[in-house]
Parts: sequence; structure tokens; C-alpha cells
Amino acid sequence: MTYLFAAYTIIWVVLFLYIFNLSKRQHKFHEQVTRLERLIENRKKS
Amino acid sequence: MKSQNSLAILTFVLMLVALYAIFIYAPTERTMGPIGEVQRIFYFHVSSNWTTFLATFFVFLNSILFLMRGTRELDIRAATAAELGTIFGAFGLISGTIWAKPIWGIWWTWDARLTSFFLLWLILIGYQMLRRVVDSPGQRARLSAVFGILAAVDVPIVYMANRWWRTQHPAPVIAGGAGSGLDRQMALTLCITMVAFTVLYFYLWKLRCELERTGDTVEALQRRLQTQGLEVR
Repeated sequence: MTYLFAAYTIIWVVLFLYIFNLSKRQHKFHEQVTRLERLIENRKKS
Repeated sequence: MKSQNSLAILTFVLMLVALYAIFIYAPTERTMGPIGEVQRIFYFHVSSNWTTFLATFFVFLNSILFLMRGTRELDIRAATAAELGTIFGAFGLISGTIWAKPIWGIWWTWDARLTSFFLLWLILIGYQMLRRVVDSPGQRARLSAVFGILAAVDVPIVYMANRWWRTQHPAPVIAGGAGSGLDRQMALTLCITMVAFTVLYFYLWKLRCELERTGDTVEALQRRLQTQGLEVR
């Protein structure tokens, strides 16, 4: 039973960490896109 | 975004159904004696390995298409498939070793099936290392496409290993010839889990491709600002 528990726990933990990492990176990129677009817009205005 | 959310919900529901089937619906293996419960690892193990094969197939397909058409989108698709292949391959290896310990008394043995699968996993890791060391985007895409095509050569060897050679790894239970086969409930559970893993794969693939595309947008915007004389990090 310990082995069964270990196998499923490791897989789920790794999977959730991977998905969490992907969404964190995606969020960071979106923030960068917004910031860069604003910079371009400001530059156009000036 | 809407299709991504629908896929996330579908993955979640299918995973719940798969877990129900694995732990409640599927019967306990009888020939393994008091440790028959360990056999339930089999459903995630086979599904992880199946998904690794699927990912390697997509690496192969997109690599060929990339060499023919040379678009960045195909390079993204191949690279993300390789990353997912590595992750699911790791799941297959981890679940396999955890199953092996109580059943065989050892964590690992260098038999044909295990070694060829481990080799496939190393090739997929090598693919990603290659992408990190080559700086030129065009050269990186071309080299990794060639490497991706070569990676797929190992898949039929992994699949056939326990058919061609006597291995410590159990004989195939699906399409394994006379005497092979699975209990009806076990077979259904395996099918559900494989479908759940396939949908999970496509969900993660979509997420990962989207991330790569957004990364490209960031780079393009940075370049645009640089051409205007502004250094942006």
C-alpha cells in the first residue's frame, strides 16, 4: 500500500508543480507584454 | 482560451473517473498475493508510457513538417511535445521502479524493455539540452528537428523489446498473443486511464505552446523597442 501511495503521490505532485510553473511563467510573460506595449505606446505619443 | 478551459474541465473530470476506476471499480490482482494492490500502479504506468510514445510521435511528425516548411509554429509544437514526453517518461520510470521493488525485490534491472525506454527518455532530455546550447534560432530548430526524427526510431524498439527478447519486464498483456489478456474490468479501467492521459497531454501541450508563443511576442516587442534605441529587459 505504501508503494501504491508513493507512486500516485509523486506523479500528482510533479504534475501540479509543472502546471503551477507553466501558469506562473505565462502570467509573468503577460505582464511583460502589457508593460512593453505600454512603453511602445508612450514612445509613439512622445 | 475558452477551448483551453473546456479541455481543463474535461481533463479534470476524466482524471476523477480514472481514479474511481483504478481504486474502486478495478478488481485487485490475485496472483501477486497480499501485495496485489500494488498492481494498481499499472494503470498510471502504462498510460504514462503510452503518452510518452504519443509525445515522441508528435516530435517526429512536427520535426518532419518543420524540415519541409520551416515555420516557427512547427518548431514550437515539436519542442513542447519533447518536453511533455520527458515528463510523462519520468512518470513511467518512477511508477515502474516503485512497482518493481515489492514485486521483483529490486528497483531496477537493465533488461531490454527497461533499458530501451530509459534510452528514449535520455534522448528526449538530450533533445532539450541541444535546444539550450544552440544560440541561433534557425540552427537550433533544424538540429533539434533532425534529433527529434532520430528519437522516434527507439519507440518501436521499446514496444517490441519484450516480444523480441526474454525480459524481466512482464510479457505484454495487450496484443501479446496466446495466453495474454486482461480482466474485462481491468481492461476498461486501463482504457479510461489512457484516454484521461491523452486528454491531459493535449491540455498541457496547448498550455505549453501558448507559453512559447507569448515568449516570442515578448522577444518581438523587446526587439522593436531596441530598434527604437531603448534597452529593455
